[in-house]
Amino acid sequence: MEKKNVVNLNMKQYGMFLALIAIYVIFAIMTGGKNLSPANINNLIMQNGYVVILAVGMLLCVLTGNVDLGVGSVVAVTGATAGILMVDYGTNMWVAIIVALVIGLLIGMFAGFFIAYLSIPPFVVTLATMLMGRGLTYTLLQAQTKGPLPDEYVFIGAGFLPTVKVPFAGGTLDLVSIGVAVVVTVCIILGEMKSIATKKKYGFALNPTWQIIAKNAVFMFIVWFFFYKLARYNGIPFVLIIMCVLVFIYVFITTSTVAGRQIYALGGNAKAARLSGIDTRKVFFWVYTNMGVLSAVAGIVLSARNASSTPKAGDGFEMDAIASCYIGGAAVAGGAGTITGAVVGAFIMGILNNGMSLYGWSTDIQKIVKGAVLLGAVTIDILSKRKKN
Amino acid sequence: MSKYILEMNHITKAFSGVKALDDVNLKVKRGEIHALCGENGAGKSTLMNVLSGVYPFGSYEGDIVYHGEVCKFHNIRESEAKGIVIIHQELALSPNLSVAENVFLGNEQTSAKGVINWTITRKKAHEMLEKVGLGGEDVNVPVGSLGVGKQQLIEIAKAMAKKVELLILDEPTAALNDEESKKLLEIMLELKKQGITCIIISHKLNEISYVADSITVIRDGKTIETLIKGEDDFSEDRIIKGMVGRELTNRYPVREGVAIGDTIFEIKDWNVYHPDDANRQMIKNVNIQVKAGEVVGLAGLMGAGRTELAMSIFGKSYGQKISGSILINGKKVEIKNVKDAIDNKLAYVSEDRKNYGLVLIDDIKRNMTMAALRSFFSKNGVVNSNDEILAAEEYKKKINVKANSINQTVGSLSGGNQQKVVLAKWMLTQPDVLILDEPTRGIDVGAKYEIYCVINELAKSGKAVVIISSEMPEIIGTCDRVYVINEGEIADELSKEEVSQERIMQSIMAHNRKDD
Repeated sequence: MEKKNVVNLNMKQYGMFLALIAIYVIFAIMTGGKNLSPANINNLIMQNGYVVILAVGMLLCVLTGNVDLGVGSVVAVTGATAGILMVDYGTNMWVAIIVALVIGLLIGMFAGFFIAYLSIPPFVVTLATMLMGRGLTYTLLQAQTKGPLPDEYVFIGAGFLPTVKVPFAGGTLDLVSIGVAVVVTVCIILGEMKSIATKKKYGFALNPTWQIIAKNAVFMFIVWFFFYKLARYNGIPFVLIIMCVLVFIYVFITTSTVAGRQIYALGGNAKAARLSGIDTRKVFFWVYTNMGVLSAVAGIVLSARNASSTPKAGDGFEMDAIASCYIGGAAVAGGAGTITGAVVGAFIMGILNNGMSLYGWSTDIQKIVKGAVLLGAVTIDILSKRKKN
Repeated sequence: MSKYILEMNHITKAFSGVKALDDVNLKVKRGEIHALCGENGAGKSTLMNVLSGVYPFGSYEGDIVYHGEVCKFHNIRESEAKGIVIIHQELALSPNLSVAENVFLGNEQTSAKGVINWTITRKKAHEMLEKVGLGGEDVNVPVGSLGVGKQQLIEIAKAMAKKVELLILDEPTAALNDEESKKLLEIMLELKKQGITCIIISHKLNEISYVADSITVIRDGKTIETLIKGEDDFSEDRIIKGMVGRELTNRYPVREGVAIGDTIFEIKDWNVYHPDDANRQMIKNVNIQVKAGEVVGLAGLMGAGRTELAMSIFGKSYGQKISGSILINGKKVEIKNVKDAIDNKLAYVSEDRKNYGLVLIDDIKRNMTMAALRSFFSKNGVVNSNDEILAAEEYKKKINVKANSINQTVGSLSGGNQQKVVLAKWMLTQPDVLILDEPTRGIDVGAKYEIYCVINELAKSGKAVVIISSEMPEIIGTCDRVYVINEGEIADELSKEEVSQERIMQSIMAHNRKDD
């Protein structure tokens, strides 16, 4: 008898993704399609770029079973530094960016050192960096907003890739965006074909054909919807490029590298990881150093988008990033979670914010809803795991 | 009054269609010690969970008759109210609370309005401790500062405080050494005199034949037989026959055709000090040699320093001020951390698979490749996941890990299968020397046999194997040569012909006298 070599798609894996779509559709109905407008799609990306960047770094901290509370403050410090250098000292933009990144790196190493080599609990260390960072920002900026920042710097947060606009349906259509959509489509198809070929080569189980087609059809629809809307607006925002590159890099690190696997092992069982030859201190150190650098990236993007550095910048961002990871299915105890999950989590938060704003709910109400969503998502996640056992 | 305190009749319990218990009958006489035997997964724990209400009434079929009346427990609280207390393998003590607080945990001695009366708590705790032979203990020290053996007894004291009538002990001696186990068994006999009925679940058959009045054997969710002391044969072989359904004539597979080669692993003048106390020497001038294809045992009582020795060798994972040299294949090697140890083809399978061996929430595949990932399943830091899957499949088949797929989480596997995953993890690092610390602790007879077969295969392929075990028959049955370790020193070295349980004990005693 031939062995059955077919497995169904694991729908749970896509649960949060489907929730994301559902929330978006609900708001589309509630706002009468306001959130479907090209300008709004563009806003969604620009407004959530830094949360996604932070969520990606935060996921690594969450994987170790901890969080980094200091990211919001690091965003502020690095943004302030870049602003002061450019406005007060007239420094070249690139120098300012590099200095900001180095400061993020140093703060990350500082936290990482205490956590990894002195075994101080990350919660305490990052609570300290949160307070110190915020205080430092206010001191540096003397509690004033610094601006306006140079145009080429603002491009990072608010600029668009070059466009080729043609008249289309009472507006314009950017051919570059459409071109990118075509490339992405081809990549999805090639990727899927390669994956099937590899599975066949090694004799692994395949998913049923109709499921593969359905899955990719959904992806394709979203890609085209997305890029079509961007094409109808100003084209591809630069932030999207930064985001995609970072997400791609970190998906690769977490799924396909030894370093990534070591983070999961450490989070799952630190003692077992140590006895398997993993230098757990080194892992901790780099996870928090990495978080510092990504916070700096977010700090640059945020200050660029605002065209100014403000002492209150990044306030509460750590909570958004942490919530994104948990909504995206990461385990609070560590050892389980994915980058794509965290990104989906970040967008769920973003779409909620955006939809509620369009609907006219105040930020106070928005906080209540976001809190409830976080609690609900994690509760569902944990209960569904319990049922399985 | 019926002579039975408990009758479980025709119990059937299914999990999503699969019958874990199929028409099981268990009759326990008042005041006896009743042993429940069976391989892992036979259904012993499920049966006890049905009894204690973990699986509430309605989720199973059949009757529980306790003290002559049919009981319908919906949770543990209800069964405890009737005097049925279960003590699980994993202790339910709060390490930072005092002994007295733990004894009355969830059962606090309060005056009116829920204020704890400390005088009565301490006094009663002391009384309970006396009943379990811990009369001399201070009830104010934190439980965590006591040894595992004493903690186990405190669990029993805790049960006594709940006015227990039927005490269920699930693998009570799994984590205890011989001496502590013996004490626990004596306490059980003492409790019997006080009229308390006991059900004991244990893999240690010698203990069961010593302490039990009757034995019920369960296999594959069915009751096979009940043996009564004085009427039936109570020997270990007889019990095993019931458990596995066949005579296991040789519990240790014979190793044939192994050519023992040159010495490939050598420890010279090894000294280790306690990690928290630089003046306390844990390992003193130990010298060990192991040849290729040889299986060498490290025998000794618990606390003799065997695990400490192994871990200090394995990348200085234990202790401080470590001195001495390690020679692999005749060459002196410098091993500063676990990574160096793995690179030098050394492997250590720890005694505590759940805490030190496995990432329980991760799958079989990732656990198997965890230690070998860097050297064998990656290139420039990028994992080759296809090779990884193939290797995991290969080892799953090779050492017979019973699981649906390599993507199953190891937390859902039985102890024996978890141990096989840990073994596979270290075999995949392609070591020359394997140190196996309590390789068969807490796993059933069948799985043990399979692990011994793996050990034989390893020896056949020319590896040097070191086995640390507290079960002397295991050491005697599997090893070519045995080092007896006592108080951090090599007390004796015995050849296969010389070694016996008596001989090992004599060596330990002689070494103790020398110290005095």
